[in-house]
Amino acid sequence: MDITAMIFSLVKIVAVIAYLYGLLWVLGVKLKKVEIAGKLVDPSLGVNIFGGVIAFGVIQLALTKFNGFSLLNDFDSGLLYQACTMTMVALGLNLIYGFNGQFSLGQWGFYGIGAYTAADITYRWVNGDSRGLVVVGVGVIIGGLVILLIGKFLSNLRRMPVLSSFTLYLIGSILAGVVAVYAGKLAAPLLDPFLGDSLNKGVLAQGLPMQVVFFLAVVFAGIFAAEVSFLFGLPVLSLGSDYFGIATLGFSIVVYTLMVNSDTILPFPEMKGGRGMIGIPKLTTWFWAFLFLVLVIVIMRNIIRSSTGRSILSVREDETAARSMGIDVARTKLMSFVIGSFFAGIGGGVYAHFIGFLSPGAFDFLVGFNPLIIIVFGGLGSMTGTITASFGWIFFLEGMLREILGKISPEAPSWRYVLYPLTLLLLMLVRPQGLLGSVEWGFLKSKIIPLRKSETREGVNNHE
Amino acid sequence: MNDINVGKTPLLQIEGLTKFFGGLRAVSDFNLSINSGELVGLIGPNGAGKTTVFNQITGIYLPTKGTVKFNGINLVGFEPHEITRTGIGRTFQNIRLFSNLSVLDNVRIAFHPQSGYSMFDSILSTSRFFKREQEIIEKAQELLEVMNLSRFQNEIARNLPYGEQRRVEIARALACQPQLLLLDEPAAGMNPKEIMQLMDMIHFVRENFKLTILLIEHQMRVVMGICEYITVMDFGEIIARGNPKEIQDNPKVIEAYLGKGAANAA
Repeated sequence: MDITAMIFSLVKIVAVIAYLYGLLWVLGVKLKKVEIAGKLVDPSLGVNIFGGVIAFGVIQLALTKFNGFSLLNDFDSGLLYQACTMTMVALGLNLIYGFNGQFSLGQWGFYGIGAYTAADITYRWVNGDSRGLVVVGVGVIIGGLVILLIGKFLSNLRRMPVLSSFTLYLIGSILAGVVAVYAGKLAAPLLDPFLGDSLNKGVLAQGLPMQVVFFLAVVFAGIFAAEVSFLFGLPVLSLGSDYFGIATLGFSIVVYTLMVNSDTILPFPEMKGGRGMIGIPKLTTWFWAFLFLVLVIVIMRNIIRSSTGRSILSVREDETAARSMGIDVARTKLMSFVIGSFFAGIGGGVYAHFIGFLSPGAFDFLVGFNPLIIIVFGGLGSMTGTITASFGWIFFLEGMLREILGKISPEAPSWRYVLYPLTLLLLMLVRPQGLLGSVEWGFLKSKIIPLRKSETREGVNNHE
Repeated sequence: MNDINVGKTPLLQIEGLTKFFGGLRAVSDFNLSINSGELVGLIGPNGAGKTTVFNQITGIYLPTKGTVKFNGINLVGFEPHEITRTGIGRTFQNIRLFSNLSVLDNVRIAFHPQSGYSMFDSILSTSRFFKREQEIIEKAQELLEVMNLSRFQNEIARNLPYGEQRRVEIARALACQPQLLLLDEPAAGMNPKEIMQLMDMIHFVRENFKLTILLIEHQMRVVMGICEYITVMDFGEIIARGNPKEIQDNPKVIEAYLGKGAANAA
């Protein structure tokens, strides 16, 4: 066995984890306020952003080729992108399962929805059809508005059976979808002069057209996945935890089946069903992967530290007590499910554009256990753990084991599916709470609130 | 009842409350009326249906029949969280803290309905988020101080001693800004000294937070010591009501607690 290769890939794992911890540290740096020109200025935010840019630049530099040589080759950059998308998906699942306590196997389905949606938009765009972007864009916006409106309307009705409200939402969304398709089809030719497409550049499309389209595609894909999860979660989240798990597994299988038959059941011949969708523009660069990763981390951390985040945690801890504290449990569950799926959708969009080829096999529900394994491995309820485990898992399984085993014989890489479950088994025996338990680091760490300075107030007189 | 309260609508008025679990009649035709500021006890042997009454008031069970009027609004059919938001706080018989969270978080969670900022404020870290969050921290710390829990602020709730956990539960219920506080066996599992402290504390919060309290209790010492009115239940029905003195001498109550013939022996 090649010892140097092994050491090198180990070093890579350690380096990438160290890099992540550095990133989390620099994002979380808090400095004392300084006085500049008589004004108190908080330099923390500036330092955080500057640190983030440096962190981005370090990898960007390592990826850039100088005289045909770069520190990180294409294989490594692939691993990086894969790890970034896996982190987004796993963070979303951790919000649903680790923080909110709803055992979900549907995350992979939302990931697939995100991937196919974003891929379809850009695929159509490079083939000179801007309707994909317009239809999906109009669709998610109208759909979102309809859901909000129905929600407003329903909030006045008391104790509405969940299936009735679901039916209303479903009808509303389907109508919104139909309207969006027709509005989009009508609007697209009118908008074409502004939007342009790959063949004729429009007014808006000067400069960085593909990058903008890609960004919109990924965001729309995320919102679309979130809206689907809302409709799916509404009736299903009223089920207890295990039943919810089975129902979400069913959802994953439905999505997989639709993908396999996307050219026959669904009217999307460009997705080519089980043969796989090819020709997706490879638009994911380190910039986008990094940007979306940091966005997901920041959004999730900001939710977790807020009152909303605490209500999400309280539902995991004790639903009855949460109810009695005035927390709308059904709403909280739905919210965390939708946000988690939004992250999965974004992850899918980024994934589709670095791999350039989508096959339904990648979204099989068996593969869908990966994010679940990752969050359990990293620690349920620990964002740091999830990030560490995602990167570690990808770099260990896809990086180290594949590289090392590949040197033994061409068939040997298959053995990694024997080795990694053994690793998992070992970790669960040694540390059942996962790698990090619920410990957080740097940026993700919640601030410890200092004890209150005791004003001598008359308290309950009951300790000696 | 006090003369001042004559003609005033009671804070909580329960009429004909009935609950069946399948064929089992857990509570039948339960009536209770509590005026603002009163401290009322609900006692009875195990399985008498006291906690079921609580769960129906707070909306965890939907009553089979009957009305629960709070400030004149019928609460039947409201979701538990909506009932809490109308001003009813409660504690649980078997402590139900958010056991893996810190004591401060436990109390802060109860401020969620009054947090005053949306999720988007927190995502964008607006100044409103920081301001409200600071207010919530201050209010929560104030409550902890009142309940003498300040030094446990950052402890994980499940690591606290039993008596302190009970106090956290009460602090959490107070954070809901209730008008009516329902205490479900607050003295369960406490030693005589802790019970004395508990009684002091109940008096203290009642006066300081201007609360009306309805309390379930087994320990006669607590009930007789602090309650102004007592309702006694057995097998889902009210068997007696009155002030502590009357209850103590009521033969039906003695029979329910000690068995048939005990009233004569006593």
